[in-house]
Amino acid sequence: MDYSERLENVAVLGAAGKMGSGIVLLVAMEMADTALRSPSRRFVLHAVDVSHAVLSGLVKYLREQVQKAAEKKIVALRKVYADRADLIDNSDIVRQYVTDVLDIVRPTTMLEAAAEANIIFEAAPENLDLKLKLFAKTASDNPRQPWVFTNTSSIPIEEIAGKARLDGRVMGFHFYNPPAVQKLVELIRGRSTSDEVATFATTLCKSLRKVVVPSADVAGFIGNGHFMRDLLHGVAEVERLAATMPFVEAVYSVNRVSQDFLVRPMGIFQLADYVGIDVCQLIMAVMNPRLPGANLHSALVDRFMALGVGGGQNHDGSQKDGFLQYAKGKIVGVYDPNAKKYVPLSDFQAACDARLGPLPEPAVAWKDVVRDKAKDARLSQFFGALKSVKTSGAELALAYGARSREIGLKLVSDGVARNADDVNQVLLTGFFHAYGPINAYFG
Amino acid sequence: MNKLRRKVYMTAGFNTVSMGTGRKEFHPKKPRPGLEHYIREAGRGTLAQVGGAANIDEGVIGNFMAARFNSQGNLAAFIPSIDEGLLWKPCTRVEGACASGALALATGVKSVLAETAEMALAVGVEVQNTVKAIYGADILATAGWSQERRTGHAYFFPGKFSDRAGAYYEKYGRERTRKAMARWYRNAIENARLCPTAQEFENRTADLEAVALGEPNPSSFVDHLTVFDCSKVSDGASAIAIASEEGLKRAGISTGDAVEIVGIGQAEADLTVPPADLTRLETTARAVEKALASAGISVGELATVETHDCFTIAGILAVEAIGLAKPGEGPDYVLAGQTARGGRVPFNTTGGLVGWGHPTGATGVHQAVTIWEQLTGRAGKSQIEIPKDRPYGLTVNMGGDDKTVVAIVYRRG
Repeated sequence: MDYSERLENVAVLGAAGKMGSGIVLLVAMEMADTALRSPSRRFVLHAVDVSHAVLSGLVKYLREQVQKAAEKKIVALRKVYADRADLIDNSDIVRQYVTDVLDIVRPTTMLEAAAEANIIFEAAPENLDLKLKLFAKTASDNPRQPWVFTNTSSIPIEEIAGKARLDGRVMGFHFYNPPAVQKLVELIRGRSTSDEVATFATTLCKSLRKVVVPSADVAGFIGNGHFMRDLLHGVAEVERLAATMPFVEAVYSVNRVSQDFLVRPMGIFQLADYVGIDVCQLIMAVMNPRLPGANLHSALVDRFMALGVGGGQNHDGSQKDGFLQYAKGKIVGVYDPNAKKYVPLSDFQAACDARLGPLPEPAVAWKDVVRDKAKDARLSQFFGALKSVKTSGAELALAYGARSREIGLKLVSDGVARNADDVNQVLLTGFFHAYGPINAYFG
Repeated sequence: MNKLRRKVYMTAGFNTVSMGTGRKEFHPKKPRPGLEHYIREAGRGTLAQVGGAANIDEGVIGNFMAARFNSQGNLAAFIPSIDEGLLWKPCTRVEGACASGALALATGVKSVLAETAEMALAVGVEVQNTVKAIYGADILATAGWSQERRTGHAYFFPGKFSDRAGAYYEKYGRERTRKAMARWYRNAIENARLCPTAQEFENRTADLEAVALGEPNPSSFVDHLTVFDCSKVSDGASAIAIASEEGLKRAGISTGDAVEIVGIGQAEADLTVPPADLTRLETTARAVEKALASAGISVGELATVETHDCFTIAGILAVEAIGLAKPGEGPDYVLAGQTARGGRVPFNTTGGLVGWGHPTGATGVHQAVTIWEQLTGRAGKSQIEIPKDRPYGLTVNMGGDDKTVVAIVYRRG
């Protein structure tokens, strides 16, 4: 079965979730592009999820996103449809492409539909038992022997291979959120994963124009291997600071330092909210027992979940409240678990900022440097200046940057990542950082 | 066209802002003023300078494609909405793609020559930011032959002028031509920075030529141009009064506050026939030749030119078509600084289409307004010196790929 034949019948499990919907979008467009090159073939993508309500949300999302993608690649699409006498204006071509992509996608709540697929992308919640149940009904004993690409961000692939009887035909295919935007895919081969499966995954990533970083099959892989430890450093700093200041001020301060002082796209607690506190808890629950001695656990995260404060996103993509409270995407408050309510930022922001001290000049904002070719010089200057100012903000930032670096180096020495470049690439293209954690700024 | 049988003047010009990307107040997702707003603002701007609607005998409005950008036809009937004093007066809408504005001027001139009007109000308008650029490209493509649309580029007109640029590179050398196009861009933006209504008024780019010398990317745009070689998508309107001596007198305007139309030339090419030579703007050359002949002047007597630089390459080709440089020497003329504001013949002194903006149907009128401002000393910070021994201004407004062209020669009245 060659590449395009293999792509003829695909299923995505958890298709309407935030990862699943992005995977459906990317794979359906790749299938449509392949179909346009080989018109005699029929392509089908079973988009499987639990309810019709979420699936209709998926279709709406796909229609909007495919239209945007078609507008972007209109120059190429005009050539693809050059022999169609009925397509004249750009608007005709965009409409046709949206139709061609959506015609491939079959939204369904019937899990059985996935059993006829050649490839199953799994994007269910990070819960091994749930994943095993899904595989049992679709892949495990299926005589068609479908290949399984799991989007797990933490569960070892070989463990899935063994428990789901998927020897040789399962591989970690970890997109970053949102899959249509983030360039990174972490590819994880289990010990048994066949070369054929791995080759296909690499080819598909290339077609999707993704940056591939291979990770060893160690719980959490590179991405969460860094993120969870980085988050736990933030939590530890909050717990330390909360001895001398109110909890909400400690959260605000660490979040601000990990964004503005570290020149990152968002602060650590905003990132945890973006990913979902629930997801962070699930990932740590996977990683902690599989990595003896790593102590990847947070009582604070458990406490927030027990209080029902979970972050994550609404269906329209807007941010749900978590550690922080949001209005129109902006942070407006911080949750106080004792009072069980959000405290408005305006009550304490100015005092906290004064305590942290000013950013060194010339200040460098993440959005200004992230695409700047000369960013290294600007960041060197900025972090150099940070070392010379004796403010509590600078102190927190330097400790944070040093910890992040240490985490990155450990991932290399533990063999999770092949080298420092791979760790840095994950943070640059999966987390949109402006610089990798293994750098000279905090060395 | 022969020498005009009666003196015709233009006065009381007015431009709205050219709105679109580049202007601080422009937000693609927020509601914006529509056609009605721009027509009224520009029309009222002119009426206020001519003593009101009572002094206007007739209205002409130039617009390219409101039918598709705005789902609106019958634009002549917006003219009475400028002022109730215009109600029941004769009004006409004209269309000739991006030359619609100058066709409105030509129509007004003919009314004054025919003595059916002593003063006509000419308005040009286009509101194009109603659709994304890739769909705007479909609409603008109607300035070409529809039978060519299917095989044309996604960005149809950039594609057409990219082909012209490619042919020009091939024949006369790429590097020098690209450098001249980059200089054209720099001149346009530097001039626009002097004119508060210009779309690029707030452009702060330090090294304009470096930006414009970036390599074209054929996979996302066209083969031989970058976006900096193209005029932007604009909303805007311009208005001007066209009058006889009698008309000026009635409005209490001295001829010194007006420009006299001393020559006018129009030329039309066949829409269904491709240009014989991609490196030449033949229709433009013919229209300019007629205009200069009608004015009885030589090209050497021009003080300033407003030309239709929908693309930087079109600006360079126009320099040659007008006769200021021989074929293949347009880039040298531009690189020598002759078209810059300190050069021998400053071109597009408020930015032209690349810098001021290109609300398609308004452009021809905007060009006339700029020339009126320059020749009567009203150009503010963009004012250039008009030599006494060569006091003439020229406008060249082009519709489609050198299909409909109107050239007009002006002198202070």
